[in-house]
Amino acid sequence: MDAIVVDGLLKRYGEVQALDGVTFAVRVGEVFGLLGPNGAGKSTTVRVLVTLTHPDGGKATVAGCDVAREAGAVRRVIGYVPQESGVDRRATGRENLLLQGRVHGLHGAPLRNRVDELLEAVGVVDAADRTVDGYSGGMRRRLDIALGLVHRPRVLFLDEPTTGLDPEARVALWEEVERLSNQEGLTILLTTHYLEEADALADRLAIVSRGKVVADGTPDELKARLSGDAVHVELANGRVDDARGVLERASAPVETTLADGRTLVSRVQGGAQALPGILSALSDADIAVASVSVQRPSLDDVYLHYTGRDFATEDRGA
Amino acid sequence: MIVLRDTWYMLGRQLRNQAREPIWIAIMLVQPMVWLVLYGQLFKNVTHLGGFGTTSYITFLAPAIVVMNAFFGASWSGLATVFDIDRKFVERVLATPASRLSLVLSQIVRSALVAAVQGAIILLVGLALGVRVHSGALGWLVILLVATLVNTGFAGFSQGVALLVRRESTVIALANFISLPLLFLSSTLLAEKQMPDWMRILSNYNPVNWGVRAARDVVLPGTDWRSVGTHMGYLFVLSVITAAFANWTFRIYKRSL
Repeated sequence: MDAIVVDGLLKRYGEVQALDGVTFAVRVGEVFGLLGPNGAGKSTTVRVLVTLTHPDGGKATVAGCDVAREAGAVRRVIGYVPQESGVDRRATGRENLLLQGRVHGLHGAPLRNRVDELLEAVGVVDAADRTVDGYSGGMRRRLDIALGLVHRPRVLFLDEPTTGLDPEARVALWEEVERLSNQEGLTILLTTHYLEEADALADRLAIVSRGKVVADGTPDELKARLSGDAVHVELANGRVDDARGVLERASAPVETTLADGRTLVSRVQGGAQALPGILSALSDADIAVASVSVQRPSLDDVYLHYTGRDFATEDRGA
Repeated sequence: MIVLRDTWYMLGRQLRNQAREPIWIAIMLVQPMVWLVLYGQLFKNVTHLGGFGTTSYITFLAPAIVVMNAFFGASWSGLATVFDIDRKFVERVLATPASRLSLVLSQIVRSALVAAVQGAIILLVGLALGVRVHSGALGWLVILLVATLVNTGFAGFSQGVALLVRRESTVIALANFISLPLLFLSSTLLAEKQMPDWMRILSNYNPVNWGVRAARDVVLPGTDWRSVGTHMGYLFVLSVITAAFANWTFRIYKRSL
């Protein structure tokens, strides 16, 4: 049973094709990650799924309801924690939660109890009756999540939940997401541009690039699809093409890609064994090397493999 | 009715937030007080020109200042919506089953309520300065109702523009652009009889002047209730039209997401 089905979504904003046929499915009860750099189309996908944005084409259902034709039904069963909070900063945490519950049709003692319970669960009890203006970034983010949970949704959307948080607050939030997934059996779709976040949280994930899903599966499956280790060679000068030729002759790699302006990544069987040969071949060709490393497959390599672009580099450029 | 329920909740939020900054309510009252007290004293002899229906300029002025204040307040009311859009509050609500209409409606009602409360305060100050409302308690009620209607009429417009442009600077510029012309094209400060013909003709189509006429009519002796009712009717129609305009621009905003 799929909690979310996304099939060929299209959305264009002016000249920008934000979604170019995004397709994936999320099973009930799993944590699904949409991974990609800023501008890849992750947030737009989420905005379509929470009924904010009307797609130009394609189809999507959440909990069995069509997001375009049954938007009202979708809104009742989802919790949405947007990238930019949307919390009313001049109101208190408790007032924000009460209002959110009321527009979902809750009231009276059940609502008050639910709000108390959530304030406790996300750890903002002490600040519950202070205006949100005075909250720290981590507290505000936890309140955001509580807002998405007031009405006990079946599917929770977390759009870049940890962006802008310090490492400690980020880890606390990861634990909260794991708790929700394990104890409440929620289906969670989260977007992130942090590889380690997707690796840590997602049961399965889809890599999104330029409005398309370029790969999906469990983090381990994605890594297993890459054969061999990644040999990163950072060149001291710009002789990229020469170096690429030398690498391909020396190590018979599965593939060689240019990660950024002066780092080549070769995927080879038995990276450690191949390294001396690679280094002497580069030395023979008089190509100066700044650094060399061998890495077991990581999600970063997966990303590089499927998009031909280095994750960190593209992220900086976005 | 989900619309009414959610409007009530949204209104509660806005009034609570407003109550947290009571200083603003006071600051917003400074301007009408300046008009009422300083301007009223400065021009108190202007009634000698004739056509004012009273020899007391402050009596002539007070109900019009209530209307002017309601109009000015309304012309800024869209700022709160721009703020809510910027802070993504609107988007968060749009992803819930909350009534869409309640977002706009609550802003208009909040603006009108503030105008009515301020109107009552202005009238109380007027009372202290010797203003007597000829038709008594009913007259007070009519003035506050007129202030509410003038406010709703222009608040709908300001909300509509705010949802269309979504920029604070544009909403402020528009408020500035309309406030003085509509003030001077009305009998707020001067009797209609003293206005040049072309201005008097234009003032017939000025909603601010509809409000001023109705509010002043119940203050001065010889109230023409039919005229009061007619002008209030015009203002009601204006409110419906501008609320519909705001609802239409809200749809445009939603499509832009």
